[in-house]
Formats: sequence, C-alpha cells, structure tokens
Amino acid sequence: MEFERPTTLLETRTHYCPGCGHGIVHRLVAEVIDELGIRERTIGTAPVGCAVLLYDYFNCDIIECAHGRPPAVATGLKRVLPDRIVFTYQGDGDLAAIGTSETIHTANRGENITAIFVNNAVYGMTGGQMAPTTLLGQSTTTSPDGRGLNHEGPPLKVCELLASLDGVTYLERVAVSTAKDTIKARKAIRKAFVNQIEGKGYSLVEVLSMCPTDWKLSPQQGVDFVNHQMKKVFPLGVYKDRS
Amino acid sequence: MADIKIDKDRCKGCCLCVAECPRGNIRMAELLNDAGQPYAEIVDTDNCTGCALCCQMCPDLAIAIGPKKPAPDKAPGSV
Amino acid sequence: MKILLKGNEVMCEAAIQAGCRFFAGYPITPQNEVPEYMSHRMPAVGGAFVQAESEIAAINMLFGASAAGARCMTSSSSPGISLKQEGISYITAAELPCVIANMQRGGPGLGNIRASQADYWQAVKGGGHGDYRLIVLGPSTLPELYTLTMNAFDYADHYRNPVLILGDGILGQMAEPVELTPYAPVVDLPEKDFVLDGCAGRKPRVIKTLYLRPALELVHRNELLQAKYDKISSELSLFEEIETADAELIVAAYGITARIAKGAVRTARRNGLKVGMIRPITLWPFPEEPFMRAARTAEKFLVVEMSNGQFIEDVKLATACRRPVEFLGKGGGWYPTPEAIFEKISTMCEKSLAD
Repeated sequence: MEFERPTTLLETRTHYCPGCGHGIVHRLVAEVIDELGIRERTIGTAPVGCAVLLYDYFNCDIIECAHGRPPAVATGLKRVLPDRIVFTYQGDGDLAAIGTSETIHTANRGENITAIFVNNAVYGMTGGQMAPTTLLGQSTTTSPDGRGLNHEGPPLKVCELLASLDGVTYLERVAVSTAKDTIKARKAIRKAFVNQIEGKGYSLVEVLSMCPTDWKLSPQQGVDFVNHQMKKVFPLGVYKDRS
Repeated sequence: MADIKIDKDRCKGCCLCVAECPRGNIRMAELLNDAGQPYAEIVDTDNCTGCALCCQMCPDLAIAIGPKKPAPDKAPGSV
Repeated sequence: MKILLKGNEVMCEAAIQAGCRFFAGYPITPQNEVPEYMSHRMPAVGGAFVQAESEIAAINMLFGASAAGARCMTSSSSPGISLKQEGISYITAAELPCVIANMQRGGPGLGNIRASQADYWQAVKGGGHGDYRLIVLGPSTLPELYTLTMNAFDYADHYRNPVLILGDGILGQMAEPVELTPYAPVVDLPEKDFVLDGCAGRKPRVIKTLYLRPALELVHRNELLQAKYDKISSELSLFEEIETADAELIVAAYGITARIAKGAVRTARRNGLKVGMIRPITLWPFPEEPFMRAARTAEKFLVVEMSNGQFIEDVKLATACRRPVEFLGKGGGWYPTPEAIFEKISTMCEKSLAD
C-alpha cells in the first residue's frame, strides 16, 4: 500500500516528544479530512495543553481556545456557520477537568460537531501532573504516591459518562498503541466526521494515547502502558451509536 | 518489495516502527540525525512488503511508501 | 412611533436592528429579559440563540461566533460578568469584535439584585488578566441605551475590540417609550479579513492568543494592542455637559445616577446656585477634556455614584487633582435621590461662601 503525508498536515516537524501519540492522532484526523475532501470548509479548535500548537501543523483554519472552552467556541462557530465542519481536539485536562461542563452540555445539546479527545492520563505540557483520567495508583508529580481512591477518586471515564446523555450521537473509545488499533481509530474518527457532514449531531472519539515522557517510560514502555494498563480501565469500543 | 523510505531528519528515534514491523526489517541506525537524535533505518528494502504497519505507528510521519514496484522476477518481459 | 419597552428589551431590539445574529447568555437577575427576548427574536430574524450552561461558556461561544464573522452579543449582571472575565481577556487578545452588557447589581459576592455601579473598575480598568482595554459605554436613558447599543456593534467592528455596555438594574428594569429608529453605521466598518469560514480560495487562517517565540513576540503584540488603545482614546470621547460654562460646582455622574443627578442640578440652578454637570458617556476612553477644562474655572467637584468610590478616581485623574473632589455614594444597592444630591450640593456651595 502507498503511504504519504495527508495534505491537511503541513510539513512542519512537530514539537512532540519521541513516542508521543499526538503525532499519530494528528495524522489520522488529517487523513480523514483529506479523504472526505473537507479541508477547505473545516475549522479546528486548538486546546490548551500539548496540542496548543495544532495550527502549526494543520493546513486548515484553526482557532486556539482558552483551557477547556473549545466545545463552547465550537458551538459559536457551528451555530453561525452550520455548513462548515467544526472539530475540537482536546486533551484530558481540557476536556474532562476544566472543561467538563462545556463538554457535557455541548454533547447534550447535540451540537453537530466532532470532538477528538486524546486521553493520555497525565498533564503533558505542564510537566506530568495528575489528570482526571490518571489511573489509580499511577504516580504523577501531584500524586507522587499514586492516585488514591479516597483522596483523588477514580479516573473519570468520559465515554461512559457521556453515554448516559440522550443528546449524544456517537461515542467510541479507540487507541493508537498498536498498528491495528490505529487503523480502527481512523475508522472511528472518519465516522465522527461523516456524522457531522450528515447533520447527525455530536460525536466524540476518545483516543488512548502515549505520553512516555511524563510517564517516565521509554516509548515502547509507553505503548505497553496503554495496552496493558489503560485499556483495562478504559475499555475500547463503541459506547453509543445513534447514527 | 516496496518503495519504502525513512526520512531520518523527521525521525525522533522512538522505535515504535521497529517493534511494529512484522519482518523485523527496521532497526536503529548507529549514527544520529541532524537533530542529534537516533533514527530508524530499513534493514533490507527488498524484504519490505509495504504493509505500512510501521507508518501506522510513526508519530512523526517519517516513513513514506511509494507505489508498489513489481518484484524483479515478475517484471514485464522476464521469463 | 414610540413603543414602551423595558430597558433590557430595548437593548435587545437595538442589537437585532444592528444585525446581531448570535446571542448566548445565562439567566441572572436583573437582566433575565435579555435572554428571554433574544430566545424568540433571534430565531425570528434567522440568528442563533443559545442558553449557555454558564457565563464562561456564553462568552466563549461569542469567541467562536465572532471568529465565524457574526455580530454577536452576551449579557449578564455583576457576578456573571466576573465569570466572563477569562473569555473577555482572550477576545481582546484575539482582537475579535463583540458586545457585552452588564446590568450591574449589588456586590461583592452574590450581593443583591438592586441596581449598583460597583463594577466600574472591573469594566474600565480590566477584570481579566493582561493589559487590555474594553470600550465601555454608560447609557443614562432608554433612548440612549437603544442608540448606544447599535453604536456598540459599530465600534466593536471598527476597532476589532469588545464593547461593554455598563448599565445597571434600574436601566434594565425600567420602561420608557423609545423610538426604534432604523440602524445606520456611525463609523467605517472594515472588511472582516480575520474570519474563520474554511480556507477555500485562500490560505488557512489562525486565531490565537499564545505568543511564545521569539521571546519578545508578546511584547511586540502588546505594543500593537496599546497602539490601538491609544488610537481609540484619541478618537472616541463621548460626554454630555450641562451648564458648565459658569459653574462653580461641577457634578460628575454617569449612567442612571447622572439621570438622577440632573434633577438635582436643575433644582440647584433654580435656587441660584452655579452648578453644572459632566456626564461621561464613554467610560473608557474616559472623556478627560471636559474635566480638564472645567477644572480651570470651577471651584470644586462632586462625584455621585452607586458604589463606594470607583468612578471618582477617574474624575480626580482627569482633573489632575487641581480642585477638591467630594463624594456622594455607597455600594450594596444604595440609590441617590435628587433631594439627597441637592442637599449635598447646597452644603458644598454654602461652604464655598463661608470660605
């Protein structure tokens, strides 16, 4: 098979660490935008977090948002321009901590947008603090003895949480820790964009992704962490499909 | 065989492709690239089937696979 | 033909007339008529209304709607405006136009639902982070609220900056006959070359507020913003002056307080006291010129405001403290009466004679 850079991704070398999953997720989103031929009518939102420089890599209109607010910004964009394609690209701190309210309500309103949620169980950009999705027992710079059930509470499961909302159209949790998973992730992301094109409402794809640097692991150990630890807590699969 | 190329200056040396290649056909080069990072290289281009699993795992789009070339023994005009 | 509307509704209708086609807001007294009115009027004119889950979400919806090219608006009252400060900082940093209304109520904290002017500092000095400015308008009557709301959209587009309408609970709740005159722009409206609507036929655009590299890029960015604020300061100065030419005492007040104070000034004149009034209409930029001029001829100033003394600081700055500035005001939902203001004026004038 042929394999080339999607035109929706610029040639710029990313600032991501070796083995970081963001590069893979960027490529998948860009490939889907290419394949659907929507680059020239797509507007993406950049989050606060490691992916804040999204606009240095994506070859389409991008708006950088305040931490956690991309769903609200996307709502404003989409309500004004309903025929454009609007996607949010958010990390776990952005989507599931500071922006939980915006996430839940945007999903429940059934805003016709696509949310790409990169879950790597840690705050990457600020240097490895506990995320809402940090696993129990996982050590971070703000949970040095490991996340505890009694003090920090268990990790927040976004797909499970949003699945209870009647306004949501499509929820799937995927991973980019094996080639097979990555191919499946692409299909899910494609579906989340197609849903929007067909006016079907709010779609979110949660992507389990690697952050070897802040996990203090090698890239290969990072992949293993997703495969052997994260997938147990965050089972892959379709959590809702009303499309 | 496949027309596979690794852009050593895009590679950050994470080795995810090395682990993913079903034929063990990717290894780390002994040198560093211009960014001072280790990089992956193809062991034997002729041994690559072009399955692109390495590309699926590369976070840096450092691996490209061109159109499939016919194997030498099945090239037009050969017997 | 004049129609009788509440202030909150007057403001909404002005926004609709001016082409506002996106509104997001959250209920809070005393501005609930705004989202209520917009919820039916906005769809009727082909616009979008969203009842947001919070004021934070509402202001960020404006961030998106403005980036998409729409004239857009949100409104709230004091505690809700505090929540919007994050978004206001980002919107000013990104230089996106929008209109925000604050129908002020008593504070601090949850305060009460009586009218107040205690958010003056927040409005004109900045309530969010970073060096930024809002254009702040202080309407005093409902016809003026109607006109200034329409103008607010023009100033926002012209300067690519948010405009804050600093009203209060009385202005929002009172009803007055208003002539709903048709909208006509009051300044040039530049083409919106920043709009994110997909990159067909052009290079992709980015709207961002992060400037990391090179190290001084944010310094340069700040210089550009400050240059814009200087330009606005030099071009935009609205105020009303009443009998200041021969006045020995100048009353300074804005918004609904100025309307109340106007009655006291008239009473004072009828009683032979040489009293005038300056009413800033733009609260930022602050109209310094009439104050500097008055400070050369008047003997003293009286500031009346519904707070514990915020607006008075700008009056002292504008007069360079050349003349004594006395104060009549309280926070927490206290209203001045014309009688109380007249009494204060009389006392100050008697003291002048005694001196």
